[in-house]
Amino acid sequence: MTELEKKGKAALVPSGWDYAPAPESREIVRIDERYGHFVGGEWLEPRETYTTIAPASEEPLAEVGQATPEEVYGAIATAREAFENGWSGLPGSERAKYLFRIARILQERSREFAVLESLNGGKPIKESRDVDLPLAAAHFFYYAGWADKLEYAFPNRRPRPVGVAGQIIPWNFPLLMLAWKIAPALAAGNTVVLKPAETTPLTALLFCDVVRQAELPAGVVNIVTGDGRAGAAIVEGDVDKIAFTGSTEVGKAIQREVAGSGKRLTLELGGKAANIVFDDCALDQAVEGIVNGIYFNQGHVCCAGSRLFVQESIHDDLVEKLKRRMKTLRVGDPLDKNTDIGAINSRAQLEKIQELVAAGEEEGAEIYQPPCKLPERGYWFAPTVFTNVAQSYRIAQEEIFGPVLSVLTFRTPAEAVEKANNTPYGLSAGIWTEKGSRILWMAERLRAGVVWANTFNRFDPASPFGGYKESGFGREGGRHGLEPYLEFEP
Amino acid sequence: MLSKRSIKRESKLFALDLAIRMMDLTTLEGADTPGKVAALSSKGIRPDPGDPAIPSVAAICVYPNLVPYALERTKGTDVKVASVATAFPSGQSPLEAKLDEVRWVVGQGADEVDMVIDRGAFLSGRYAKVYDEIVQVKQACGEAHLKVILEVAELGTYDNVRRASLLAMAAGADFVKTSTGKLSGAATLPVTLCMLEAIRDVHEETGRMVGMKPAGGIRQAKQAVQYLVQLYETLGAEWLTPDLYRIGASTLLNDVLMQIRKERTGRYQSPDYFTVD
Repeated sequence: MTELEKKGKAALVPSGWDYAPAPESREIVRIDERYGHFVGGEWLEPRETYTTIAPASEEPLAEVGQATPEEVYGAIATAREAFENGWSGLPGSERAKYLFRIARILQERSREFAVLESLNGGKPIKESRDVDLPLAAAHFFYYAGWADKLEYAFPNRRPRPVGVAGQIIPWNFPLLMLAWKIAPALAAGNTVVLKPAETTPLTALLFCDVVRQAELPAGVVNIVTGDGRAGAAIVEGDVDKIAFTGSTEVGKAIQREVAGSGKRLTLELGGKAANIVFDDCALDQAVEGIVNGIYFNQGHVCCAGSRLFVQESIHDDLVEKLKRRMKTLRVGDPLDKNTDIGAINSRAQLEKIQELVAAGEEEGAEIYQPPCKLPERGYWFAPTVFTNVAQSYRIAQEEIFGPVLSVLTFRTPAEAVEKANNTPYGLSAGIWTEKGSRILWMAERLRAGVVWANTFNRFDPASPFGGYKESGFGREGGRHGLEPYLEFEP
Repeated sequence: MLSKRSIKRESKLFALDLAIRMMDLTTLEGADTPGKVAALSSKGIRPDPGDPAIPSVAAICVYPNLVPYALERTKGTDVKVASVATAFPSGQSPLEAKLDEVRWVVGQGADEVDMVIDRGAFLSGRYAKVYDEIVQVKQACGEAHLKVILEVAELGTYDNVRRASLLAMAAGADFVKTSTGKLSGAATLPVTLCMLEAIRDVHEETGRMVGMKPAGGIRQAKQAVQYLVQLYETLGAEWLTPDLYRIGASTLLNDVLMQIRKERTGRYQSPDYFTVD
């Protein structure tokens, strides 16, 4: 047999080897037709409602309450009552029991929550199942452990709870942000009124079921839903502390509002993280990290590595590798476990992304999107990378909050630091190099709350998270995350 | 991450079929006899006597002494015979002895040679020695295909795995292979990815397409499919051929057959319905 014939026999590959769709069943989670506000352990019939949808299909999922100021104030009053009549006086070990219980229930019902999170938020099931849910449960476990050790965490400072915490969370990690907010607040002995984002209220509402199942005393956790008006009512209401995660614009408005009121405030806002790649790094791993940094959760991540700084000597190789890797990203049904990139969370967000991408093209950056078929219904955006970007372009300055990466170059470590810090934000940064001393040198100089080395988007409840400059103030996670929820002896 | 891709029905049958076509059915034991090798060769030629649609494996992989017996059985079929050589598994013999061994197995008619690199030389930084050995073995191989075993479990780091892969490819390896199968911690998905990435870089630089062979520890069909998904998403469809990818395995075949039967009939069959050779 000739060599050619042998080859002919061996060439078995069909034109495409397709993976079978593997959608998670929606049957596991029951969605009510209509939800009220969860106040004092009861569902209150809302005065106004709006419809929440599945962004992947634009299909309506449920009617949800739009809280009026009176409803919000009622919830705050209920929270205060619960604070004064028992919860704040409970021994830490008792509070811990409830938190442990919530953590365990979240684990037991994780599939249910994961499906609902993907349905209502558009994120791939792979993420909600493998990242959001395990981390949310881990947060409750972690802070449950602190509840009876506050004296030890802050020795000789006599920590005590601040009272009622008003908490407003974003739509990118709905349940996880809820956990980040509620777990430390409760561990420290506070009660809460929490408002999930307008577009993603369903997992927070399902969480009310967990609160009941855990037999948490009524009024300790209250959840009201609605848009910014409901959030504004929380800020204006009689709360002792406000914790907000969301856009810098709204964060500034909140800060103006609470100035002089004596209310404590922590803000976790936008970001435009620099992901810095040196020529000595493990290139293929860096590519994985870059992809994870910007395309994870459709780029709806405040700490997303949206500015890629590449040492000029490896720019072409790296971009080539990155483009090839992008071709294997699968965009589509969030409930399919093969999906890497799900739906954009809302029409408004999609329009914002489209606007900024158009601006990038107009400014002269070179755009690349891998060939991929986007579904017809729903909100979708293909993974995008811009090369030839200058520091002065809008796409290098403004937070896009979508799957859009801007690639810039640098020549020396000092230049990388200078450019990376040259932004109004300062939430996170990444460094890719095999050289340990350079990692430490860079980390010392980067003005960002988190600096990842040879990894990206890695979270742990024990690690504090928060920003510099316009990315906000206050820390969440770790022992630091308790501090905003405690008062100390002067 | 890629181990979570969903492979079902046609795509699964395709993968299982391909896994058999890519398999180097292996026996490397001190206790190997002509009878054992003959039986294994027959199994490789016709893995499932009840099902003619099942393809043959790519090759039978044996110790040098058993090459003639494997050749005798596989004569007239597409199944190749591969022989380990160069003082397998340790590689700790003089170069002349190694080359003699290679010439002998090739002289006997082996189609493929699986050599081991000198890890002692590699770990003590004598890269030139490792390189020269591979070059000379490649020459000794003549027409026969050369697979170079890195024995990754002894190399210790991914850096070393990558360096050894590049070294082997530069020296003329047709395939790079993870392991001898004699140590635990043989083929894993991460180490295979590391080698695939090195292959990809060589392809980009030079246009040369080098093959990959994970071996050792791949016992279940499900694992084999994961390796194929990894290959597909790292090097692309071009590499989905036995010319460029092999799976070294001794016990994998029957599990693959069982899964194929299950896909076709919807039921699992007792292991007694698959021949043990």
